[in-house]
Amino acid sequence: MKISTKLFGAAGALGVSLLTALPALAQDGPIKAPTAEQMAAMSNKGDTTWMLVSAALVLLMSIPALALFYGGLVRTKNMLSLLMQVLTIVSVAALLWVTYGYSMAFTGGSPFVGGFSKMFLAGVSASTYAATFSNNVYIPEYAYICFQMTFACITPALIVGAFAERVKFTPLIIFVVLWLTIVYFPMAHMVWYFAGPDFLSDNTSDAGLLYGWGALDFAGGTVVHINAGIAGLVGCLVIGKRSGYKTEPMPPHSLTMTMIGASLLWVGWFGFNAGSNLEANGLAALAFINTFVATAAAAVCWALIEQIKHGKPSLLGAASGAVAGLVAITPAAGFAAPMTSIILGFVVSIFCFFFVTTVKNKLGYDDSLDVFGVHCIGGIVGAIGTGFVANPAWGGQGWVDYTVFPAVAGTFDLTGQVITQIKAVLLTLCLSGGVSAVLFLGLKYTIGLRASAEVEAEGLDIAEHGERAYNY
Amino acid sequence: MKLVIAIIKPFKLDEVREALSALGVQGMTVTEVKGFGRQKGQTEIYRGAEYSTNMVPKIKVEVVCASDLAPRVVEAVQQSANTGAIGDGKIFVLDVAQTVRIRTGETDDMAL
Repeated sequence: MKISTKLFGAAGALGVSLLTALPALAQDGPIKAPTAEQMAAMSNKGDTTWMLVSAALVLLMSIPALALFYGGLVRTKNMLSLLMQVLTIVSVAALLWVTYGYSMAFTGGSPFVGGFSKMFLAGVSASTYAATFSNNVYIPEYAYICFQMTFACITPALIVGAFAERVKFTPLIIFVVLWLTIVYFPMAHMVWYFAGPDFLSDNTSDAGLLYGWGALDFAGGTVVHINAGIAGLVGCLVIGKRSGYKTEPMPPHSLTMTMIGASLLWVGWFGFNAGSNLEANGLAALAFINTFVATAAAAVCWALIEQIKHGKPSLLGAASGAVAGLVAITPAAGFAAPMTSIILGFVVSIFCFFFVTTVKNKLGYDDSLDVFGVHCIGGIVGAIGTGFVANPAWGGQGWVDYTVFPAVAGTFDLTGQVITQIKAVLLTLCLSGGVSAVLFLGLKYTIGLRASAEVEAEGLDIAEHGERAYNY
Repeated sequence: MKLVIAIIKPFKLDEVREALSALGVQGMTVTEVKGFGRQKGQTEIYRGAEYSTNMVPKIKVEVVCASDLAPRVVEAVQQSANTGAIGDGKIFVLDVAQTVRIRTGETDDMAL
């Protein structure tokens, strides 16, 4: 990390007038624990712009990208239900986020969960700032809240694909509210919360549990994908298979929609991954190119496997590969090098292909849209792969030690890092899988989780929403 | 009068139509249909979920013509729709009892 160079550049860009107005910046070296006024001078329009654009890009990933990607894969009679589920989940999650989610995730408290000091965004204003990954570089707190909000929006929306075409709407939304509160907000806190590069050295324990372990998760392999993927698997096991699964054909109703969705996911994911750098700089560009090439490699690999196995490369296969590649590069985006990203992309498609074809068919669970096979498995491959590709010996970025001020590059221990990554994966699987099982079972035996056989036959669109996706 | 029903490969429709027009056939009814014969179906694979569709898309052409023209109509369809591969389709010939042109009330051969 070139902290000092970066700081010099930032300070230089501020211009003479600001320096005279804020004499604190004129002193030598970075400022420890700056005040809000000093932070104002440490934020710049380039970073702010990038974060606002990234937030909008990540929203694009859930609506319409994920909604169309999923919607195209179900039968015509359930298309609208998928669109409505995703739209509603995004809206509900956004409201929860500003009510208490942001506070639970991104304030200090315990290593497990934050506090409620910023409930209803108390104390947040246009002149408060959030830390980045560089000493003395800040972005407006509202921009940070919006960016992180879009992650809370898409993660629960990912889950619905596992039990598509048979879940009741209201219990689903209740599940989402509880799951965000008990699983997502604490997970985001454990993985991403730390006091900030200018503050951590004063209180090195002021960080989330997994952050403290040294687990590397650039943009949310554990928090987003493994988290949602295992919840989806548990959900589809509790709800049960679709009636007619394996006995009647259930081909996707529109792979055109799925293609549009997958492509928009790819575009939006640049905000997800490169935006997670929190600054518009060379590392954001690194995350960008890694996201680009890992995805391309995974799409090619999946199509190749199909060409070899079935003699025909399918569009759905290439699109699934692309999504698997995006999932895998998510935790590694800012740590890998472009060439190791390509390897990660190739590897993830092999694992995901094996799970969605062989393992799913063998075990017989009906993960309708392969949330587990693509997101959880892809997330695990990515999370553990991050331990390898971050290795500076192979062109990786290593990790930065913020417990000293100013921050320095940490000593990279390959074996130790991979073990830490595995521990982070296991914790996510246990927490999200366990809580999801309790929530799903609780809903199943109280208000019911599954639509009746009659509703399922008729389609959720008419029965649950009183509309059809298509009126020809 | 005869009703000639031909089940053909969809991409052969234009050739069949041209061959029949050359014989002086004035009209036909065309329907998109699905079915199977010796060709069986195709296999579709979506992420490892295999669906064997045993219904293959075909085109059904229906032509009513004078009885003496019928053998030449059958021959023209048989030749124009032929690819030599499995799944080329079938031709059925039925007797027609009566034909009426709705606009004028003309009947039988006059109505064709």
